[in-house]
Amino acid sequence: MIEVLVQGLLLGGLYGLFALGLSLMFGVMRLTNTAHGDFIILAAFGAILATSALAWSPFGVAMLLLPLSFAFGYGVQRWVLNGTLGKDPLPSLVVTFGLSIVIQNGLLEVFSADPRSLESGGLNLQSLPVGEGLSVGTLPLLVFGVAAACTLGLQQLFQRTALGRAFRAVSDDREIAELMGLDARKVYALATAIAFLVIALAGLFQAMRTTVSPADGPLLLLFAFEAVIIGGMGSFWGTFVGAMVLGLTQQVGFRIDPGWGIWFGHLMFLAVLLVRPQGLFPKTRG
Amino acid sequence: MAHNSMGLEVVRSTAASRAALGAGAVLGVVAASMPFWAESSWMREFVEIACYFIFAMMWNLLAGYGGMVSIGQQAFFGFGGYAMLMLGNFAGVNPFVAIPLAALATGLVAVPVSRIAFRLQGGYFAIGTWVIAEVFRLSFANATFVGGGSGTSLTALRGISKATRESVTFWTALACVVASVALVYLFLRSKRGLALLAIRDNEVAAESQGIAVQRMKLAVYVVAAFGAGLAGALYFVGNLRISPDAAFSVNWTAFAIFMVVIGGIGRIEGPIVGALIFWALNKLFSDYGTWYLLGLGLLAIVVTIFFKQGLWGWAQQRWGWALFPTSRQLKVTP
Repeated sequence: MIEVLVQGLLLGGLYGLFALGLSLMFGVMRLTNTAHGDFIILAAFGAILATSALAWSPFGVAMLLLPLSFAFGYGVQRWVLNGTLGKDPLPSLVVTFGLSIVIQNGLLEVFSADPRSLESGGLNLQSLPVGEGLSVGTLPLLVFGVAAACTLGLQQLFQRTALGRAFRAVSDDREIAELMGLDARKVYALATAIAFLVIALAGLFQAMRTTVSPADGPLLLLFAFEAVIIGGMGSFWGTFVGAMVLGLTQQVGFRIDPGWGIWFGHLMFLAVLLVRPQGLFPKTRG
Repeated sequence: MAHNSMGLEVVRSTAASRAALGAGAVLGVVAASMPFWAESSWMREFVEIACYFIFAMMWNLLAGYGGMVSIGQQAFFGFGGYAMLMLGNFAGVNPFVAIPLAALATGLVAVPVSRIAFRLQGGYFAIGTWVIAEVFRLSFANATFVGGGSGTSLTALRGISKATRESVTFWTALACVVASVALVYLFLRSKRGLALLAIRDNEVAAESQGIAVQRMKLAVYVVAAFGAGLAGALYFVGNLRISPDAAFSVNWTAFAIFMVVIGGIGRIEGPIVGALIFWALNKLFSDYGTWYLLGLGLLAIVVTIFFKQGLWGWAQQRWGWALFPTSRQLKVTP
């Protein structure tokens, strides 16, 4: 029982990393990035490629991947996605959906359909004993810690910094914010760049924890999305808790029958939508 | 056409649209005779592209007219397929009769589904419907009576000879194509169609004019689900084998989006042009596998950014073409 609880919360930590970037991009520019999961997988393959080519440790690879991902996110938003924003959600949905297909097939062409994973130097095998007969994997614990730190960091960024104020301003009213001297296109690009930092971390940890293959992206997108909706839009801590709820539900489902775990997670999402469509912890802006 | 005392006239059809109707009728008659002279591979190909086209047509109705961009219409495509199969295999209904029944069942299922889906808007509606489609897929994948994850075969057609089966499938497909174009066209020309266009352009303004926005959206969602179920039932009568991964694949919606966006969203000609282009690209390049799909994705991105109205929309703006006019134009009569 305790074990299921702990495993579920740790899985939720990973889902939190999946979800934060999606939450951030939707919060700032109402952009639904349907290629979100594919970007995570792209980052994972980037990390695998860098590790095998340079023979660096995962930490070194992360130091290379994070700035690259930041720059990539900035560029994608500035030169591709900004042109699709507007009242009509269709252009941004079609473009990100197109990107998703391009990324999946591009990865398939380069890396083939074989699942791969990232060598973490034995980190994925280590565990810490906690209490009687229960031990917790070091890697899941690390992922959980990083997810909590990212949530805290984003919340602080939004509440306490000038950049966070700019994010909130363009989110509330783009035109007024521009009259006040903000360049919304650059603010949007920075928001996506920061979201891509979290995406890079998510990809890195996903590749260390398990195997990744080019077609995995859509499922990660759905998990991320469910976490955001369960938690309630507009609050990073809400997203984090939503991810915990999703991880727990799936873990309980897997325990009942391995074939139904993901199905249970989906049902939890639908139940929250039906009973509490605003999510568990809604906030207009946090 | 209606006249009034002020010398104004509401014009609804154009020379091009009347010509298109005539050409369409001739094409339909020629196509109907195909089983007597064409090769069976042509007919199979027609049935397949007909399913893609009907599905795209319904996605266009939902997204282009109803303003509801869904990535989960494969839920209804797959459900239509499974409903047809269960009616045929377990209830002993002739599968060709089961096609419209399965479509009706799909329309009914869409009513409770809409209660959940309509909690979300815009981009979140799109991904929410995708989750719902996954629930459908996983549920059928765990249902052992229809073969679980590996699927099952349509056994109800066993007693029928191959030639008869192929001809009847072809005629059914042709009838479904004509019926769904007519359904969408007449729906959009009706008063309800006008209400729908008003909602698409501005929901709040439409509501203030007395249009029951929520009821209208539900109607469109149910009709689109009916059409998607029709396409799914038809596809698996032609295919004879169903599996959850094939029936509920997101690729169905991906191809529909591609066809509609390339052809031009929010116009009936859009999916027609899009389906023709898709068919041609498929014929020429599908051997390239991943590169072909990668190209389709890129094309959709480029068209969305640079030709927002799609190819037909571009042609319409340039030359004023309209084969299926749904607009009402006011002309002063001398």
